[in-house]
Amino acid sequence: MGEIPLDILALQILTGIALGCIFVLVATGLTLIFGLLNVVNFAHGAFYAAGAYLGVFAFGYTGSFWLSLFIVPLGMAAVGMVTERVLLRPIYGRGMSYPLLLTFGVGYVLVELIRILFGTDGLPFSSPPELRGSILLGDIAFPLYRLFVMAFTAALLTSLWFLIEKTPFGLIIRAGARDAEIVKVLGIDTSKVWLLIFALGTAVAGIAGFLAAPMRGVIPEMGVTVLIEAFVITVVGGMGSLPGAVIAGLLLGIVVSLTSYFAADFSNIVMFAIMAIVLLVRPQGLLGRPEAAR
Amino acid sequence: MQSSRRPISSLSRRAALKFLGAGVVVGACWSRSAAQGAGGLIKVGFPVPLSGPYGSEAADQVRCAQLAVEDFNKSGGLNGRMAELLVRDDKLNPAEAVTRTLELVEKERVDLIVGSLSGAIQLAVNETCKARGMTYNALGVSDRLNEASDFGPTTYHEGLAPYFSVGALGRYVFSKLGNRVAYLIADYEFGYEMRRAFQVVGERMGVQVVAEVKHPLGMQDFSSLFPRILSAKPDILCVLNFGRDQLNALKQASEFGLKDRMKILVGALSSNQRIAGGAEAYTDVVGASNYYWKAEEMFASSKAFNAAYAAKYKGGIPSDYGSYGYGGVRSMLELARKAGSVDPVALSAAVGSGFNFDLYKGPQMIRACDHQSVQAVFVLRSKGPSEMKSPNDAFEVLEVAPPDDTKLRSCAELGLKT
Repeated sequence: MGEIPLDILALQILTGIALGCIFVLVATGLTLIFGLLNVVNFAHGAFYAAGAYLGVFAFGYTGSFWLSLFIVPLGMAAVGMVTERVLLRPIYGRGMSYPLLLTFGVGYVLVELIRILFGTDGLPFSSPPELRGSILLGDIAFPLYRLFVMAFTAALLTSLWFLIEKTPFGLIIRAGARDAEIVKVLGIDTSKVWLLIFALGTAVAGIAGFLAAPMRGVIPEMGVTVLIEAFVITVVGGMGSLPGAVIAGLLLGIVVSLTSYFAADFSNIVMFAIMAIVLLVRPQGLLGRPEAAR
Repeated sequence: MQSSRRPISSLSRRAALKFLGAGVVVGACWSRSAAQGAGGLIKVGFPVPLSGPYGSEAADQVRCAQLAVEDFNKSGGLNGRMAELLVRDDKLNPAEAVTRTLELVEKERVDLIVGSLSGAIQLAVNETCKARGMTYNALGVSDRLNEASDFGPTTYHEGLAPYFSVGALGRYVFSKLGNRVAYLIADYEFGYEMRRAFQVVGERMGVQVVAEVKHPLGMQDFSSLFPRILSAKPDILCVLNFGRDQLNALKQASEFGLKDRMKILVGALSSNQRIAGGAEAYTDVVGASNYYWKAEEMFASSKAFNAAYAAKYKGGIPSDYGSYGYGGVRSMLELARKAGSVDPVALSAAVGSGFNFDLYKGPQMIRACDHQSVQAVFVLRSKGPSEMKSPNDAFEVLEVAPPDDTKLRSCAELGLKT
């Protein structure tokens, strides 16, 4: 392969971080839901696709990317609330396989609904005019939109961190994740907390889908690959660990990107190889709790 | 008296009802039989990937194939035998394609199979059909299908042979745009066949390969592959993928400024994706195509085909891959008309020294020795948004390479008896 020029190496790493940001956004929602509700959400990829479609639909009406970026989390949070309240809540406590199978079905129904409403061909969607173009890093161009996605991801994660670590609501979330029964005994209505967490996870998935739309296109099946990637990141980072999902997402983004340069044929399997190694050496993931691995 | 007449009257009503019912059934059967002609309906099985990354192309193939069946039936069918299309979704999966093909052959008892637009899948379908002596016309681009190892007496190939289409593209482009070439290759049969075809024409034109990067089918983010391509500093990047992969690769290549540093070629242009993705992603991309609606400025058959499509589908235009559906179905039905039968042996015999026709894109021929459809190739440049006079004005026709079987590999080269 030979030596890699420094500017190309920088571009490769930057590309990896941008790739990792999408990984992180999708995995964050998944890990939030698993961390508190203990639900392995197989509908997460469909929520990602639904977010993209909702955003494109909202853009069609408002003509504003920014307003659409505001509408998507609200709309997807509503979808998440209905899913949790109507479908998931009745089956809590019946074991992990029930919500797993249910969300699997919800995912299928959502994608089929998208196909019925918007067709199978996909929709064209571009980044907003103010974020088109690229900045030059030495001799190499890097798209402005990807930089925006990186900055937005950082801002969103900071907000989530603040919400979970620095607010009374976050305290309830953390306590609920540790022992929901005790929290309930203390007089807190955990069902409301679970509802809000599921809505939050769904909203983040929707935002990820909408942000990815200008880069990856909008098609009904866009969530399929992403769901697999999100699960790999959640496992590597540690099931239910938000910092773990962030570290694993960025790490895997960079590793995939560098593998693409040195051995492109293996870029597709490298993240699975890393997941296998992590499961063998540290089954709970990088920052997961050991009991989550049992 | 009344009591004795009642049963008779009741019986008569019942008898009359039975008679009427039987009449309706017999009438329906007669009218269906009349529509089918002496040998019943000609059933054309059509397995295509309606779901998956080539879904939009496959959907248009179904539309065009339906049109082909209607045109055939309107022109009298085969001695009064009408044709019927049976569509199945192969889900872009070889195992699913084989299952659906077997269902069509053994349960539906089809007379012909036409379909599949992916290289590996059409090879699998071909094997299934070959083993059962079923006539199969493949719609995907492939060189391998016509080689001795895969070809059989019941194999037909409507899709372009990359050797010819890529050859035409390479001959036009390499001499004008430079000789340092990088390849972005879909890691499956389609990509490999395209790569081989580019290699042949590239060697003849003296090109230097500076990078080869493979990607899996259905890749969503190509950005991590671009730095390697950029570092190789090619004059031309050949993108050898298809469908949504092609759209995403070109969209992201535009974002990363690859178009400012190199010309981009695609082995098989997809007009569906060009429309779905918008003009910007495809601006100035040059590629080979089997059909473009502006062929109507050159061929009367294209004008008629476009008009029929627009009439049936409310003003649309047939896509390139969609038109394969028309050509693939219609040419086999016309061959059956010539043979007077859908029997595979009769069809093969009817090809004779070459079956010539002009159904939708000017003169075409089914070559006798390998049943390859010899047809025109369009070398197109995708227009930018400011150049387009209408939403359908997507491409500039740079060249139309006429059908010429001397530009294909000879049947001796394919390992076939001539």
